[in-house]
Amino acid sequence: MRYDWQPSCSLEALHLRARLLHDIRAFFQARSVLEVETPLLCHSTGTDPQLAFFSTDFHSLPHRQALFLQTSPEFAMKRLLAAGSGSIYQICKAFRNGEVGRFHNPEFTLLEWYRVGFTLQALMDEVADLFAELFKGQGLQATQRLSYQSVFRQYTGLDPLQFCYGDYCTYALASGLPEAVTLCGDDHLLWLDMLFSHKIQPFLGANALCMVYGYPACQPSLAKVSADNPLTVERVELFINGIELGNGYYELTDATEQASRFNKEIRQRQEQKLPAVIEDGRLLAALAAGLPECAGIAIGLDRLLMLLGAATTIGDTLSFPVDRA
Amino acid sequence: MAVYSTNEFKAGLKVMLDNDPCAIIENEFVKPGKGQAFNRVKIRNLKTGRVIERTFKSGESLESADVVDVEMQYLYNDGEFRHFMVQDTFEQYQAEAKIVGDAALWLKDQDFCFVTLWNDAPLAVTPSNFVELEIVETDPGVRGDTSGGGGKPAKLTTGAVVRVPLFVQIGEVIKVDTRTGEYISRVKD
Repeated sequence: MRYDWQPSCSLEALHLRARLLHDIRAFFQARSVLEVETPLLCHSTGTDPQLAFFSTDFHSLPHRQALFLQTSPEFAMKRLLAAGSGSIYQICKAFRNGEVGRFHNPEFTLLEWYRVGFTLQALMDEVADLFAELFKGQGLQATQRLSYQSVFRQYTGLDPLQFCYGDYCTYALASGLPEAVTLCGDDHLLWLDMLFSHKIQPFLGANALCMVYGYPACQPSLAKVSADNPLTVERVELFINGIELGNGYYELTDATEQASRFNKEIRQRQEQKLPAVIEDGRLLAALAAGLPECAGIAIGLDRLLMLLGAATTIGDTLSFPVDRA
Repeated sequence: MAVYSTNEFKAGLKVMLDNDPCAIIENEFVKPGKGQAFNRVKIRNLKTGRVIERTFKSGESLESADVVDVEMQYLYNDGEFRHFMVQDTFEQYQAEAKIVGDAALWLKDQDFCFVTLWNDAPLAVTPSNFVELEIVETDPGVRGDTSGGGGKPAKLTTGAVVRVPLFVQIGEVIKVDTRTGEYISRVKD
């Protein structure tokens, strides 16, 4: 057997990564945002039915219990915020089972940060500043800010906030995506995921940072519902050259609402016969104790490195992607 | 019948799609950070040769297609069917013009080629990458011209027309790359 022991990325890519980490730390240090670490191995994990987790057995005699490799450091970081940490950031690994491809590795590096007292708009300003810093000299065009509804209308002519089955089918059949009709049926959320990822995302952010905000309320995740429009949530996604880079929220602080979203996702998991999880009681307790009003965002650093290093696959940025880890 | 899930899709895998046998060319995993995972698959219909793109929800599956490429000897053309034989087993197959397609331009009696079988029936024929065929028709070239520049059309025994250098004459056997239809060289007896 021949072992592919060598890194899949170039040695230059190692330097590029080291410089990126340094630049990010300098950026947040200058803004007095505290760097923190939270556990990768946790007692509970996210309930999102779209995220598959890794679990492992913890042997602490006489007990054995399952621990989860975290899909995101969000819950732990919110507990720090509720404890009064003030604005914080973290650079860490996150794990998502089953995700492998040109833009996915099941273990990947995230930059996640939370700004106490920031609105989503203020956070988007800071994201633009950070990208200006990281892409200095790379000739990135002016940052674009587009609402989900406007960008969806622009590329498909459809309204993402009001589901009209007939219109969606007509568009799918006319635009070379006829399989969407049977695949999505009357599932509005699935239609949005499919049309957005196939017909919109590839065109977002041509050599520019594109921030899409105001996601439909059926995709709330952990965002607050918009004060001015109950059909949207305070959520933003980042794209450059059609690559999804990050996802941010004006954070949900209401423990009751959070518990009900957990329960909804746990029910969906049961219906889809996915591995069972329980809600993170410690996060709910932290929210009940009081999460300060804040905005937060997570950015995939491996994909960011793909753009900075003009790589074609995520493996070009990783020392050892999963197939040779 | 075996079933393949989207995460097993890889180039070359033969699957059934819309009741036709198909070969997977490319499989891209598409997954929003928050949202449904899809596999965008580029796939060739082996009956029509057409390449299409199709999206699946990750985790969906397709039945495998019983499709194999078998090396066979081309025997003869009876006017309606072309006949092929597997050397080891002497098993014979016949294929109509629609199935043989452009491969007919490169099939010489006794030559070897690949026949794609679907459920043990011919689906397509692929000639060898290189074949040697005799020229039956071409303009007389300028004697002494060995530069190879310019060239002229030459008709081969199978009916194929290939551009050859000016010095190549009727009755000579030439080697041709069937993938590009290009002349490679003369073949010395």
